[in-house]
Amino acid sequence: MALSLTLSAAEILSAAGTLVADGALAADPEQLWPAREQMAFTLGFHIILVPFGVAFTFLMLIANYRGITRGDETAMLLARRWSQVAAVLFAVGAVSGTVLSFELGLLWPGLMGTYGAAFGIPFAIEGLFFFIEAIFVAIYIYGWNRMKPWPHFWSGVPVVLSGIGGTSSVVAANAWMNQPAGFTVRDGRIVEVEPVKVLLNDAFWYEALHMLLAAYMVAGFTVAGVYAVGMLRGRRDRYHRLGLLIPLTVAALVTPVQIFVGDVAAREVFRNEPAKFAAIEALHETDTHVPEVLGGYYDDNEVHYGVGIPWGASILSGYVPSTEIKGLEEVPEEFRPTDRAVTVVHLSFDVMVGIGTALLALSAWYGWAYWRRRDIPRSRWFLRATAVSGVAAIVALEAGWVVTEVGRQPWTVVGHLLTRDAVTTEGNIWLLFGATVVLYVLVGIATFSVLGLLRKRWRAADAAGDPSDAGNEETTVPYGPGASA
Amino acid sequence: MSTFAAVVLFLGVLAYAVLGGADYGAGFWDLTAGGARRGREPRHLIDTTLAPVWEANHVWLIFCLVMLWTGFPGAFAAITTTLYVPLGLAALGIVVRGSGFAFRKVVVHTEQQRVTGAAFATSSVITPFFLGTVAGGIASGRVPTAGHGDPITSWVNPTSLLGGVLAVLVCAFVAAVFLTAEARRRPVPAAELERRRIADLGRWFRRRAQASALVTGVVALAGIGILRADSPRLFDGLLSRGLPFVVVSGVCGVAALGLLGRASPRLLQALAVTAAGTVVVGWGVAQYPYVLGTHLTIDAAAAPPATLWALTIVAGIALVLVVPALALLFVLQQRGRLQSH
Repeated sequence: MALSLTLSAAEILSAAGTLVADGALAADPEQLWPAREQMAFTLGFHIILVPFGVAFTFLMLIANYRGITRGDETAMLLARRWSQVAAVLFAVGAVSGTVLSFELGLLWPGLMGTYGAAFGIPFAIEGLFFFIEAIFVAIYIYGWNRMKPWPHFWSGVPVVLSGIGGTSSVVAANAWMNQPAGFTVRDGRIVEVEPVKVLLNDAFWYEALHMLLAAYMVAGFTVAGVYAVGMLRGRRDRYHRLGLLIPLTVAALVTPVQIFVGDVAAREVFRNEPAKFAAIEALHETDTHVPEVLGGYYDDNEVHYGVGIPWGASILSGYVPSTEIKGLEEVPEEFRPTDRAVTVVHLSFDVMVGIGTALLALSAWYGWAYWRRRDIPRSRWFLRATAVSGVAAIVALEAGWVVTEVGRQPWTVVGHLLTRDAVTTEGNIWLLFGATVVLYVLVGIATFSVLGLLRKRWRAADAAGDPSDAGNEETTVPYGPGASA
Repeated sequence: MSTFAAVVLFLGVLAYAVLGGADYGAGFWDLTAGGARRGREPRHLIDTTLAPVWEANHVWLIFCLVMLWTGFPGAFAAITTTLYVPLGLAALGIVVRGSGFAFRKVVVHTEQQRVTGAAFATSSVITPFFLGTVAGGIASGRVPTAGHGDPITSWVNPTSLLGGVLAVLVCAFVAAVFLTAEARRRPVPAAELERRRIADLGRWFRRRAQASALVTGVVALAGIGILRADSPRLFDGLLSRGLPFVVVSGVCGVAALGLLGRASPRLLQALAVTAAGTVVVGWGVAQYPYVLGTHLTIDAAAAPPATLWALTIVAGIALVLVVPALALLFVLQQRGRLQSH
């Protein structure tokens, strides 16, 4: 194990050395900063929607299944309403995902032009899954009225499966950037590709699993949070109870698995991505008996105002205090992340792990109460905690992506392509960025208000005692009052 | 091998042009349907027709992008470093269109519907225009092999503008034909029309199909002159190898125009799709064996064989899984099994 660590670290460092020898040390293109901001912003936006295409649909199917097998009208109503929410979020997710595809070319031609032949393969597979997902999402969402219950239910299953497949494929591409494999470059061009090695690169399985579980956590806690707010406001009917129980149960089951997978993933990063791990630990000097430092900021090769747990980092990485952790000093200066980047990665990691631990506690609380009394904990604090758990899970998800993306800098493809060489040298990216921010903020606000509108409509229908008609949009024909044929 | 990958890529372009194009065209009619009261019925039909299928049709664009950057990475980078202005605008247009459409389905107040609907409809016209200019820039050889071509003249030029305008028009024409058929499938009794003082939608869209067919034909004829002056090589290709397709397109367009209102909707749809599709095929055939203009060949731009094999397998799986699923979606849609909530 120790050997493989030194090997991979040495490989990366020697690759870096070659690039220095090539004289890759030019000033950063002016597009670098706005392009990174643009990518981070649009990806950060899109990724919030991903769990709702991938995992929310699974919650929907659970409710639907319960509705059919037990004749549970409330569950059926939940499934139906959730599918309407999914319809809106899936549309916004689909188009914001398309923007990312454009951006790969518009912002990172150096990546696509040279490495597209390898990097593109996971995306081709993702395209397949996206097709299946889009087709069956439509059948499921629009099939409520005229399809028989079971065929309708089964039309939702491919959505869940292709969600898993699609996410895994995209993450495979990201994992490949962290631990590139399966290609040979000659004269700045890929001359040989081994597609299977590209796909099943060393970072693939834990990154994909980590992201999938994260998606299920985000969807579960967020949806549960919505109903927890309703219950806090006194709506303690069966509808709200079930709306909380289904997603929270899924999230509570997934969370411990996620903590385990996250722990394994961190150890894999320690072994295979030493530079990123050093940034996570904000560690300058290679050492044994390294403390786990929480919080603080990194400046002048040390962490200020951090709280250290003696030997913590070494024990977590290699189970024994004598485990040696490579510090940032091992990275040649030209390829060392900036102090600010190290701080960002370090704090993001703390945020992610902190929130994950808190959500684990919440899950345990819920699990304990449910095991003892078949009910949620009676405390209002439980509902309060659940109400904010969704937002917390989203923050953790974003923080996790910051760790893996910023932690890879200054590389786009580790050891092969620097981000400053990947970025475009054309155009004023600030203009695109400005327009995108304005547009996305508007779309974000509109999404919230549209979902709020649905909630209002459903609540009115429930108050009128006619929930069966609530999910029925035929009453609201586009453009003006009055129903059409 | 590389030719096969290019053909697969091109089939994606074709599918997107026809299926995605029809969705964009529906947006065109949505935009021009008039005020809230007058335009209510046609917009409602557009809404019901588009809702279940537009996302699936949209995936063809992703398919094209992925096939291009994986199969022909250098060409992709050359295109994006040259035509970044229209591509960036098209990307933003796609966001506005998709979210505007999804939001309009939910909101009920006329004011809100006007805003979201205008967002959807306007971007439905702008986006295909920009994509058309991109096609024009590529076809007229304005994207250098190494990329970084002129950021303005690469898409503000006669061929690109022709491409943009034709894209909008062809989309509108195909959409009008499809919506005529959709209207026929949901007939409203004459008494009801009378009572609510609304036009028969079948006739409404048929007239628009006729008008757009005429305009498209005129622009296409004028386009011959434009191409001859602006991109002679593309012109030569179109009139030699591409000629059969150009002729078929013209014949189908004229036949559709003549038969509108007489022939069965299905035949008309087939004619409209053929007319639109053969234009695209004609372009592809005229440009063969080049990916970019007449300077970067398919073979020179292609990724290593193993990558092309991987893409072939993906395309094979798509044929086995995606095509039947798409067929299922369209059949359910045609049989009226898919409805708004």
